[in-house]
Amino acid sequence: MNDFISQHALLLAFVVKTALMIFLTLTALAYLTWFERKVVAHIQSRWGPYRTGPHGLLQPLADGIKFIAKEDPLPFGVDKFVYLLAPFLALALALTALAIIPFGPQTIRLFGVETPLAISDLNLGLLFLFAITSLGVYGVALAGWASNSKYPLLGGLRSSAQMVSYELALTLSIVGILLTTGTFSLRGIIESQQGWTPYLLPKWYLFAGPFPQILGFFCYFTAAVAETNRAPFDLAEAEQELVGGFHTEYSSMKFAMFFMAEYANMLTVSCLATILFFGGWLSPIPSTGAWMWSLYIPTVIFILAGAGLILDGIRYENMFGRAVLPVLGLVLCAVGFVCAFPFAIGYVQGPFWFLTKVAVFLFIYVWVRGTLPRIRYDQLMGFGWKVLLPVSLANVVLTSLFILVGKR
Amino acid sequence: MMPVLFFLLALVAIGGAVSLILQKHPIHSALSLIVVMVAIAGLYLLLGAEFISAVQIIVYAGAIMVLFVFVIMLLNAGVEERTHFSRSATYVGVPVAVLFAATLAWWVAMGSAAVAGSSGQTTSTRDLSMLLFRDYAFPFELTSVLILIAIMGAIVLAKREQEKP
Repeated sequence: MNDFISQHALLLAFVVKTALMIFLTLTALAYLTWFERKVVAHIQSRWGPYRTGPHGLLQPLADGIKFIAKEDPLPFGVDKFVYLLAPFLALALALTALAIIPFGPQTIRLFGVETPLAISDLNLGLLFLFAITSLGVYGVALAGWASNSKYPLLGGLRSSAQMVSYELALTLSIVGILLTTGTFSLRGIIESQQGWTPYLLPKWYLFAGPFPQILGFFCYFTAAVAETNRAPFDLAEAEQELVGGFHTEYSSMKFAMFFMAEYANMLTVSCLATILFFGGWLSPIPSTGAWMWSLYIPTVIFILAGAGLILDGIRYENMFGRAVLPVLGLVLCAVGFVCAFPFAIGYVQGPFWFLTKVAVFLFIYVWVRGTLPRIRYDQLMGFGWKVLLPVSLANVVLTSLFILVGKR
Repeated sequence: MMPVLFFLLALVAIGGAVSLILQKHPIHSALSLIVVMVAIAGLYLLLGAEFISAVQIIVYAGAIMVLFVFVIMLLNAGVEERTHFSRSATYVGVPVAVLFAATLAWWVAMGSAAVAGSSGQTTSTRDLSMLLFRDYAFPFELTSVLILIAIMGAIVLAKREQEKP
């Protein structure tokens, strides 16, 4: 047994990391739906999910059980193979893209091999990511076509046209960063953003480098929202015109798979925005010399959140909440204390700042959905081709110019 | 590990190509072509051409085939009709195919087929772009002008069709 482990250590480490990553991602996706419903509800002065568990915390579980237990009919006249393939394709590609996201600078020891805090640390990470996301269109397009129904077909056509159009702007918007770093490796891109500018700002590409990538970020994020088919660009599933869009004919777990794919894409895009423009796992506050205290920020935040949860929990209206919420708060406090210990403090920084930034982006996603109305289809295409594409091209030209002048 | 991966990918590529021809519906054929392209991208990766492999997926599987699928969906092309062997197929196609297979078999049997194995090194994207944008910049730019002409031609053709009716 020990022989086997030492011989296949690399493979085993990969398998363990992949399994862990899939488990964590799927859980995070489930709670992302809860997060979105809660935030949108509060934007619209509602409560959102509240009955299933304290603060609706068990809602994702209930949804999951509902999706699995539901009848799964095969509509008449569908192209069976493609109809069944489409949701798998969508979810598999969306999850594959997450495989190269690095969460922290350290390596961990698994079965005697040092592995990075990502499933894989590819040389050409960014290209791989774009290769995977460029295939993501098929899930939507094929689902629309295979359903043998008018509305899904229109939805599928719309969204594939939209995704193809916005992919150009999405790819061009990050060329500026590629020009500055000269690497495709996500780890390399993050490491090149270390340090501080004279104005006490961290050297993230959003506001540092030869040419600050603010334009690039604007193009990236707008194109990314359109690319993931989210409001205000969710023309593919415009309820008023197309019923449910490309997944009208899908039900139960197959529908849930499209849903999960959408959220996984949101996650990927937010991670990428964090890595490219906001310095990935790098802390916004220096952690040397007089700034040593910033290493304890995760601890303080966890303990504050835990204390808030305990205070809220003991006043909760039903017995179940009064029992569960304080326990959750205590767990958070304990996590905070563990983060302060010397053996953990170094490891916690990277993932903490990375996930915090990703959470901010996810919040912005939901915020945008809650506040902006859906735009018309011709406006959408016009905006993509006539505004985003020229602006991202201009960003490439300006960045190259600044790099050239800087080298002189 | 490498030979196993090679045969796996080659098998997938050939299977996809055969299915591309045998499928009756255009969408299924297009899907088979995507499988072939992804398998070929995997083969490029085995040969150490990382960049080409990624671009193969982005451009061919991700962009060109999306357009194919899009057009097939838009035209709502139905099931193809099966033609029985046409005259040109029997008199030209079959002999040429046999000749090609015979040449290939002879070549392999003689052992003169150079085996394209991995040179053990990966071509870095940096070296590739140096070649493309510095040493061969002029032919590269010329190609881009060619593509631009093709795009303009397509627009002119599309516009003319709109004016007529």
